[in-house]
Amino acid sequence: MVTAVTVAQSIQSPSQATYWFIQGRILFLIIHLLGTACFAYIVTRRLIPLVRGERDLRLDQPLVRLGNVLKFWLGQWKHPRYRFAGTIHILIFAGFILLATRAFSLILGFSDSVVVSPAIGRLYDIVKDYATTIVFLCMVIAAVRRLAFKPARYTVPAKFGQAHTADAIFLLGLIALLMVGDSLFAGSKAAFQARQGQTVDFLAAFSLPWILKNALLSVSLPALQNLHLSGYLLHDLTFFFLLCYRPFGIQFHVETSLFTIYFAKLDREILKPVRWGVSDDHLDQVKSFGVKTFEDFTWKHMLDFYSCVDCGRCSDNCPANAVGRPLSPRFLTIKARDYAFQHYPMFGRAGNGKALIGGIYSDDEIWSCTTCGACEQECPLLVEYIDKIVDLRRGMIDDGNVPQSLQKPLKALENRGNPYGKMEKKKADWTKAREFQQTCNVKILDGDNSANTLYFVDSITSYDDRMQSIGQATARILDYVGENFGILGAAEKDSGHEVRRFGEETLFMALRDHNAEAIKDSGVKRIVTADPHAYNALKHDYKDIPPVEHISQVIAREVKSGKIKFSPVENGNTYTYHDPCYLGRHNGIYDDPRHVLDAIPGLKRVEMTRSRDRSFCCGGGGLMLFYEPNEEQRMGVKRVQMAAEAGANVIVTACPFCMVNIEDAIKVAGMEGRMTAIDLAELVEKQIVRESVKAA
Amino acid sequence: MEILACARRVPDTSENEIELNSTGNDIERDDLVYSINEADNYAVEEALQIVAKVGGSVTVVTVGGEDDEEILRREMAMGANHGILISDGAFSGSDGRGIATILKAFVQKGNYDLILTGVQAEDGAAQVGGMLAAMLDYPFASLVTSIEVLDAKKLKVSREIEGGNREVNEIDLPCVLSIQTGINEPRYVGMRGIRAVASVPIPTIAASDLSLDAGTVGETAAKVKRVDYFVPALGKGAEILRGSREENIEKVLELLEAKGGLR
Repeated sequence: MVTAVTVAQSIQSPSQATYWFIQGRILFLIIHLLGTACFAYIVTRRLIPLVRGERDLRLDQPLVRLGNVLKFWLGQWKHPRYRFAGTIHILIFAGFILLATRAFSLILGFSDSVVVSPAIGRLYDIVKDYATTIVFLCMVIAAVRRLAFKPARYTVPAKFGQAHTADAIFLLGLIALLMVGDSLFAGSKAAFQARQGQTVDFLAAFSLPWILKNALLSVSLPALQNLHLSGYLLHDLTFFFLLCYRPFGIQFHVETSLFTIYFAKLDREILKPVRWGVSDDHLDQVKSFGVKTFEDFTWKHMLDFYSCVDCGRCSDNCPANAVGRPLSPRFLTIKARDYAFQHYPMFGRAGNGKALIGGIYSDDEIWSCTTCGACEQECPLLVEYIDKIVDLRRGMIDDGNVPQSLQKPLKALENRGNPYGKMEKKKADWTKAREFQQTCNVKILDGDNSANTLYFVDSITSYDDRMQSIGQATARILDYVGENFGILGAAEKDSGHEVRRFGEETLFMALRDHNAEAIKDSGVKRIVTADPHAYNALKHDYKDIPPVEHISQVIAREVKSGKIKFSPVENGNTYTYHDPCYLGRHNGIYDDPRHVLDAIPGLKRVEMTRSRDRSFCCGGGGLMLFYEPNEEQRMGVKRVQMAAEAGANVIVTACPFCMVNIEDAIKVAGMEGRMTAIDLAELVEKQIVRESVKAA
Repeated sequence: MEILACARRVPDTSENEIELNSTGNDIERDDLVYSINEADNYAVEEALQIVAKVGGSVTVVTVGGEDDEEILRREMAMGANHGILISDGAFSGSDGRGIATILKAFVQKGNYDLILTGVQAEDGAAQVGGMLAAMLDYPFASLVTSIEVLDAKKLKVSREIEGGNREVNEIDLPCVLSIQTGINEPRYVGMRGIRAVASVPIPTIAASDLSLDAGTVGETAAKVKRVDYFVPALGKGAEILRGSREENIEKVLELLEAKGGLR
């Protein structure tokens, strides 16, 4: 392969050498130009759907975005949530960053040193030798993990096709080969120098090139020269093959992740508008709502599809996936990516605008999501799921493709302002229960009354017999802390939180506008609610209304101020707090409810394994209560079992929908008598030491 | 295929608390919300699905007042091509036969291959479809649960038979079919869809347009008159099983078997 080496000469560099009658310099120039041109062509083809995609305004707040890049990209912030795999990834990532300099110097300069100062050069050599070694070892570990330990989150259910193991191993192998090529290049050179008695290039002890150098000391000089040149060729070919192969699979994230994170959604609580750049007033002129074809996705959502690394963390945390609903966020992305690859091929005509629902997605799959946010919380690349689900639902609503079970409540919301179809005039009936009314008078802010604070009750707490108790407890607490408050009564319509998240934007806007008007007319200065869904809607979906708080925040504050004091709990129960998705994950209120519980003397509290931002959705609220999913088990049943595993026999929550789901689940799981559920407001109201009691 | 679907606006039983008025001859109609009669909505959906397959157009007609226009808009938002309101002071107080007479006059002015009605109105008596067919001398099938177009002259329809059985019939066109709920899954119509057809004009047709003799419709011609309306007294309460879980399961199975619920 190589021309003979003359005696006692220094080793020939690849650029000087001749490979198959072609001079190295020329050969590598050709490889580099071809490789780069191929890569440029492939990426250009990959960008076609993004150009055809919908608008998405992601250029605001560059500093915040750079901060995200530093934290989530360079800092690999989410990775340690999975300790072992995360650590491996951080090591590989760090190795890649360090070796990138090396790779570019090798490729561009044909020289193995770009550093000017010898001291820095030496330091860099140590670092890169160990980086190469660590990346190589990580590849071995990752491969063993894939092949021998087979973590469950990588398995591909039959309905989603074949296992992705072969592809993963192939990629791991290519990276390992890259490391071997590089080390062989350096190791053979050092061995050559050692045999010639020349100054030997420094190699870090016990690194891969060092090991190779020592292993090759007995090899003949021509063979070493060959290995040196082959190592370079191997590295070079592998590098460019990998570069051009990556855009065909999960490894594309090496290129795209930086952009995905830079352009990641900043205000996660606010749903994507129906169309970027179209105001609410002009929505009627938009011909089609939501995502119906692939091209209806925004360019950023398409970029998400490219960036997904198939790690399965989203689905591993998805409650819908856990109970056997047809949804798996991982495959929501993978199927879209496969669609893009198939319909935007490397050669030939691109795109054909096929319907996604009934094509790659089923109706049930898209309705299965409770928008709990567990997937987004977990994704290391900040891939957005909720907006995509809601956009797909908007498309289905627009096409009239809505299950009958959801049509009834939606129509009732349109006609009566609540999903139950109950009469508006009965909205305040919960305040008129005799026993309650005698001790707590709730004002109705209908123009005759005014108040400082509005208690926004929302539909379920107003109408559901069981949940009315949460409303009454909330009112009593507000009354006790001396809040001048009232409710809107018949003028209050559903907050529309789930209406919006189920994709019925027009109906949501009608509900929102009605409520916003009613709130303004009431003249209140602030709003309190005990319903996290209403809280989230009022806080993020509504505009120009007074500030809103959840009752747990009010209680926590008043406990701190000393206004609320608790009598001890003396029942021997063990309590656990279940984080409602829209209080915890979506609004970061984890500590207030826990502080309140811990302020109750004698209350024994344990944490479930899945708590705080890894809380497990109880089954979903609002319209989700009407939807009849295909599932093997209820989410609530799983959740109740988790509470039992934690050793609790009382589940405290702070959301009426959680209460519905958990109480039902206790019955379904046959745990009546062994497990109970109580709302934070109900518990607090029971334990408050009242003035009269204190006086006595 | 030119299809006419007859629809009616009724108080929605799931979104109202139906109470008697003080005189006891009707329900309290203040504060009621109305919607299209459920079975009629299925009829319109079926018409739309047929037209999607074989072509043609769908017209939705209702006999009523100004307020009833809203259901026509809703059905047009679903995809119906035309909505027509038949409204005249002379029609008020019509019984089923009166309504059928009005519809017959309307059908005869048009050129419809197929006429669909809901199996019954939620506050009605399931009589208009049959009477309309008889007056037109068209063949009629009731409780239809599926329709297949065989050719321009013939349909294959299946009908629900008591006990959960079905029979399949061939029926000549033009004909009248009364549609059972569950024949399809009607599409959803939201506010956005209704808004999109908000300004489409809906023609109103009066008695004179149909050359109807006022003596054949309205209160004077009605031969069926409502004399009472009441909520039946609740019967004996349900039986509550108060055993252990296993005992209750045994008992429920036993009861289901005894009452013919299990086979």
